[in-house]
Amino acid sequence: MSLNGKIALVTGATRGIGKAIAQELVKQGATVIGTATSESGAQSISDYLADNGKGYVLDVSNSESVDSVVKEITAEFGAPTVLVNNAGITRDNLMMRMKGDEWDQVINTNLSSVFRVSKACLRGMTKAKFGRIISISSVVGSMGNGGQTNYSAAKAGLEGFSRSLAAEIGSRGITVNCVAPGFIETDMTKVLPDEHKANLVSKVPAARLGQPEEIASAVAFLASEGAAYITGETLHVNGGMYMS
Amino acid sequence: MSSIEERVKKIVCEQLGVKEEEVVASASFVDDLGADSLDTVELVMALEEEFETEIPDEEAEKITTVQAANDYINANL
Repeated sequence: MSLNGKIALVTGATRGIGKAIAQELVKQGATVIGTATSESGAQSISDYLADNGKGYVLDVSNSESVDSVVKEITAEFGAPTVLVNNAGITRDNLMMRMKGDEWDQVINTNLSSVFRVSKACLRGMTKAKFGRIISISSVVGSMGNGGQTNYSAAKAGLEGFSRSLAAEIGSRGITVNCVAPGFIETDMTKVLPDEHKANLVSKVPAARLGQPEEIASAVAFLASEGAAYITGETLHVNGGMYMS
Repeated sequence: MSSIEERVKKIVCEQLGVKEEEVVASASFVDDLGADSLDTVELVMALEEEFETEIPDEEAEKITTVQAANDYINANL
């Protein structure tokens, strides 16, 4: 298996896409550390990972929490060299109604968090002369979506972040990429009204929602040795709903 | 225990992949030893680990030669 002996850190791994990614990386041989915002979430991650990793409580919007948890992980398991920045929230609202804190929360949790966690992991990766930083973006970062100015700004932002970081550390065997899911069947999309969902699916050539596992397999590919020459790239996984 | 100068020399060799005889006191990391900006940041991080200290950014910027590294460590350890 391609990730044997590697330590992978997946933020927001309690459910949905993050959980599918954590499970896929285990399948590839990695020891996986999954993070959640609550004790119960961390426990459920520990439960499904069993002997293949552990769940930690991590608030990605807090620098001190990030630094101390990455230190703890490094002490217990070794430095993570595969990082999947998956944790994210939505606070959808029309721009005319959007509150300052709806904007700030989404930028902080979805974008600034990627700066914090990536930075905390970078030293270990440069020492190992190997690293994979994969951030979960979204199709709306490229195509836009009414009601999501905050979310799409954060997602477009982390794609730009990834290109610049890729340029900085490419010479150290570290790749930095994004995976941009389209319309995936998770708790985040479950809340959408059925009518809106049907309308969205009608615009997807694959004529169905994507599954979390279909994002996980793209992440596993970018994490593999075989993807060593792919960096600064955004891989769209959306059933054809947006083709760049 | 080897001297500070020897330990600095060893770190510089490891980080920049240069030969020991190139690491003379006057050598500039960038101009003489071929370091790029990322190398210099990694070098400072390696010195921090070796000497178990934290070098503030404004001091790190001044550590551009082997001599400057020796001086900083000697003065601050």
